[in-house]
Amino acid sequence: MSESRGDNSRATRGLLPGPVRSILPFLVAAALALLLHGAVRPLLPEFFPRVILDIGINVILAVSLTMVNGFTGQFSLGHAAFMAVGAYTAAGIVYYGSYRLFGDAAVHGGWISGLTPASGSFATGADMLFLGALLTGGLVAAVCGYVVGLPSLRLRGDYLAIVTLGFGEIVRVLIQSQTTDTLYDAQTIAETPVWKLPQYLGGPVGFTGLPFYTSLFWVWLFAIITLVVAFRLKESTYGRAFLSIREDEIAAEAMGIRTTRYKVRAFVIAAFFAGIAGGLYAHTIGIQLNAGELAFMKSFDIIIMVVLGGMGSISGAAIAAAILSVLPELLRNPPSVLHPLMAGLLVLCALVVLVFARGKVRALVRLVVAIGIYEGIRRAASAGGVNLADYRMILYAIALILMMILRPQGLLGLREFWNIRWVRRNTPPAKEVKAGP
Amino acid sequence: MDAIAVGSLYALIALGYTMVYGILKFINFAHSDVFVLGAWLSFVGAGIAGLDPAREASIGPWVFWVLAALWAAAGIAAVYELVLRPALSRRLDRRLPAPRWHLNLSLVAAWGSIAVGVLHLAKGAASAGFGFAAGGIILLLAMMVCGLTGFCIERLTYKPLRRAPRLNVLITAIGVSLLLQNIGQLNWMFGTRPDRMPTLLPEAELFTIGTAVRVRLVDVMVVGTAVVLMVVLDWLVFRTKIGRAMRAVSFSPPNASLMGINVDRVISFTFVLGAMLAAAAGFLFSQKYPGLNQTAASGWVLLGLKAFVAAVIGGIGNIRGAMLGGLLIGLLEFFVAQYLPDGASLRDIFVFGALIVVLLFKPSGVLGKSATEKV
Amino acid sequence: MQRSIFGAFGRIALALLLAAGLAACNDSGGGPGGSGSAGGSASTESTGDGGSSGAGGSGDAGAAESAGAADAGSGGSAGDVILIGHYASMTGKEATFGQSTDNGIRLALEEVNAAGGVNGKQLKLITYDDKGESKEAGSAVTRLITSDKVVAVLGEVASSLSIAGGAVCEQYSVPMISPSSTNPRVTAGKQMVFRVCFIDPFQAAAIAKFTTENLKLTKAAILYDQTQAYSKGLRDDFTASFTKMGGTIVADQAYNGGDTDFSAQLTTIKAANPEIIFVPGYYTEGGNIAIQARKLGITVPLIGGDGWDSSQLPAIGGEAIEGCYYSNHSAPDQPNMKEFVEKYRAKYGATPDALGGLGYDALMVLVDAMKRAKSLGGKDLAAAIAATKDFKGVTGTITIDADHNAQKGVVIVQIRNGSPVFVAAVDPSEG
Repeated sequence: MSESRGDNSRATRGLLPGPVRSILPFLVAAALALLLHGAVRPLLPEFFPRVILDIGINVILAVSLTMVNGFTGQFSLGHAAFMAVGAYTAAGIVYYGSYRLFGDAAVHGGWISGLTPASGSFATGADMLFLGALLTGGLVAAVCGYVVGLPSLRLRGDYLAIVTLGFGEIVRVLIQSQTTDTLYDAQTIAETPVWKLPQYLGGPVGFTGLPFYTSLFWVWLFAIITLVVAFRLKESTYGRAFLSIREDEIAAEAMGIRTTRYKVRAFVIAAFFAGIAGGLYAHTIGIQLNAGELAFMKSFDIIIMVVLGGMGSISGAAIAAAILSVLPELLRNPPSVLHPLMAGLLVLCALVVLVFARGKVRALVRLVVAIGIYEGIRRAASAGGVNLADYRMILYAIALILMMILRPQGLLGLREFWNIRWVRRNTPPAKEVKAGP
Repeated sequence: MDAIAVGSLYALIALGYTMVYGILKFINFAHSDVFVLGAWLSFVGAGIAGLDPAREASIGPWVFWVLAALWAAAGIAAVYELVLRPALSRRLDRRLPAPRWHLNLSLVAAWGSIAVGVLHLAKGAASAGFGFAAGGIILLLAMMVCGLTGFCIERLTYKPLRRAPRLNVLITAIGVSLLLQNIGQLNWMFGTRPDRMPTLLPEAELFTIGTAVRVRLVDVMVVGTAVVLMVVLDWLVFRTKIGRAMRAVSFSPPNASLMGINVDRVISFTFVLGAMLAAAAGFLFSQKYPGLNQTAASGWVLLGLKAFVAAVIGGIGNIRGAMLGGLLIGLLEFFVAQYLPDGASLRDIFVFGALIVVLLFKPSGVLGKSATEKV
Repeated sequence: MQRSIFGAFGRIALALLLAAGLAACNDSGGGPGGSGSAGGSASTESTGDGGSSGAGGSGDAGAAESAGAADAGSGGSAGDVILIGHYASMTGKEATFGQSTDNGIRLALEEVNAAGGVNGKQLKLITYDDKGESKEAGSAVTRLITSDKVVAVLGEVASSLSIAGGAVCEQYSVPMISPSSTNPRVTAGKQMVFRVCFIDPFQAAAIAKFTTENLKLTKAAILYDQTQAYSKGLRDDFTASFTKMGGTIVADQAYNGGDTDFSAQLTTIKAANPEIIFVPGYYTEGGNIAIQARKLGITVPLIGGDGWDSSQLPAIGGEAIEGCYYSNHSAPDQPNMKEFVEKYRAKYGATPDALGGLGYDALMVLVDAMKRAKSLGGKDLAAAIAATKDFKGVTGTITIDADHNAQKGVVIVQIRNGSPVFVAAVDPSEG
């Protein structure tokens, strides 16, 4: 089990009263997100903010899935469906609400919205609309999670996987077939009664014309909140219940833990955050909200992030999300090892290895071999006209299989980033709990 | 009649799922991809055998190189295992690692060679004018190659995970499934272009029962072949020694091995059998629906999934249940499509809905028996 | 709590560092000459297609394809080269569309460069694969504009991807020309997005007109793909036009993209006794539908939209598709297409479909606009494109109208002996 105990607040216990302590991380989250959006963003070259935005959304998704897959050990294959539900709900509210309130669907937000900060006031009513829409999307997704989870979480692992997969497909087909084109005439929208509007969510073409509210601020605000919530959950009594369910469900039941109830709770919380991620995703520039893209493939993308990072490790999932968000772009154009930044990164790796590894020579040799293989593949690929990006899914699949065979606990297993013993001591480290139920 | 034909296809695939589940207690997600592979292999095989006058294809030289390489590897492994290892162990006075690759490799190589031979046979039959017989041989070919694939998958990916927690195996199965799908989509394999399977039967309607039920030759062939295969399987599982071994392993692997059954071999055999049935389903499917589509997002994966639903509904782990489940799902789909106003587009939802209903009320399926989990 | 803050902070820092480090390796750092992304054309092999170029400085096998004046080694010579971006589905289920379009564009590029380029500068094409997903389309276009600094973007075939890419182009004020997206939403309300093909309402009206006036049929059934915007849009527009021209829709059935069994829908359609069946989907299902319709004993012809245009259609459909019609941007046996078909065959060894022609035209229109524009800046170039009038393309005469769409006629072809043959050119705006 991880070393840290529940009362991390020991450090600040005496300084601040209880209620403030609970809220403090969220305030810090807001501050950090603002910093990112305002101060860091202008310093970055053009393409970066988009990448960091993507990473943020994937972090939310991966961490929320960890709550279900990692903490409770239940295998949910339909996470993207909750994302879709949240996305469409938020999109509908923002789009039609925007028409009703402002007469069109442009971005009326203040400085905090939009990938490029708009000039003008800090935050406007439109931003509140966006926030409200996001939260509503999350709530609706949570309700769906409840509805789906309650009957199916009584089933064993394999069946739950199939049922969630089926649910994902059902959501997709329903959205694509039962909704029709969005309205984009202010007059018509004003005239249509509110309860009829959910029909006009775009149908197969997807929801077009959404205002692009998503910004680094919003995404990372929610990303940090998700991280904090996940961490707190893991360290709390709830978290212990979850982890015990993961270890051995029957024993947990024997210990008096109502497993179904806890599993449903984890499911609902995860669905909530997935819904928020969906809402953020829908309003990103350059995204076309389309139910067909939020299907099993997306679920699989999230699953591979969770598995790679280590089922049950929050920081692992976040790190894996970051890596896997950047990977497709990397594969388009794998950088040569001689490229200055790449070389720098490799030198850094070599240094880390030199300091921390036990068998230094062996580790260095392995590093060099890995570099050689990478460069060799890259050269061969470009000379042969083979585009590595095509093989991305194959690489993922092979990586997944190899991971399961060779290192099933993923990158970090159940541990968190700060729990890893970076420097070996004389005493052997505590025995790690094996992955999987 | 369509419903029964499609239902029997589902049944064939469901059998594979159910057998693997019975023995290893896990759902082999990659199974539906073996089905797709079977369909495409039949297509390629038919092209090579010259059954389609519009399309000329031949066995690429790479096949021979691969086979040669396999035989060479098998030979080297055999030499190592049988000659070098004992000798060197004695010399160096310690035990060298002893992988049993030579057995596996030679099996794979032999199987591959026989498959190529069968393909030539099909070619000969086709040019001699026995189109129908050539079709049957193509079926055999598809079954063999898919069986081989099933064998390789099992050995390479599932065997190392025999003792791992179920979740890991599930994830691996998904990984294998995606691997197969995406390899199939590569341009140098099958590509993403849809294509057309040469039909081996003339288009003939045999008779009509009432007004709505048309019985076509194709359907009869599909159902007939499926029934034959299922009967053979039934006989295999319930009346032969190997079948008894399979059933024993599905009850309890440790006890079976205590009784002298080679559990590894039985498991491999089960996988191969399931894969062969899936391949047969693929071939029959390509006969019934000659336009072949490849993409992962298309209805093919869904088909495999529905077959899994069929297996569950019939009672997973139960062979006769799988057959029944397949039929039920086929009929359900058909009736929903015909008699509900918007039915055709919603039939997927109904199938999954049926799954959820069954899982809620009778998780062990129609013919299954509920097993209480013992601690 | 304290740990969680630092942990979170550490994670942000790590993520930023990772993103910065790794993504930066791809960033040319501001100029087309950087070694990272120069020549980063990502194209896949396909049968009969010679287009491929490697990344990063290693010898280019197909150097003739990407116009050769500036190569990766001579860093920073941005002055001699004009960069044009193209995003397409080179893999995924629409791969054939993307590859055809890319081939057409490259053919045009070669010709232009051989003739001296534009204003003395050579053109260079950067193609990114978006795998048929809108998220990838958005990031590909963002990358083309922000990282590779292209002057204009070409793409896409599928309307939903064009809408996604268009939003980015609009944001950064870079003109975009879509070769073959037909959904009206692609250009509606946008300043920077154009197309060189007709739009769906136009196409549907043309089909309706052909059916009522040329074929003189009044009872039609529809079988459309409800998971696909293109199909649904065509169906809606066709219903409106056809009924306005005096026809009746006797049956209206839907299927899901990827379905293989259409017997239920076809049985219902057969019972309604139509004179013609409108199937506005992609060729992948079109072929299957034809086969199953014939098996059920339906003998009336089928008619489809430009989604049927593919060399695979007759291969899949076989005899079932003989005699069926579909609307297209051009037919290979039309006089203005003949020369293009020859050139395409010479280079790629296959007969082009309409998409190849449209890709060719898209680049040619862009080049023509570049020659007329005051500068290559976004707004000026867009204004020049908007002023295109009576441009003689291989797919017809192109005039860009006020909605940024091309005023072009629709061509109806019929499959005879396994190839599409020109039957009629229909212009629904007259009569």
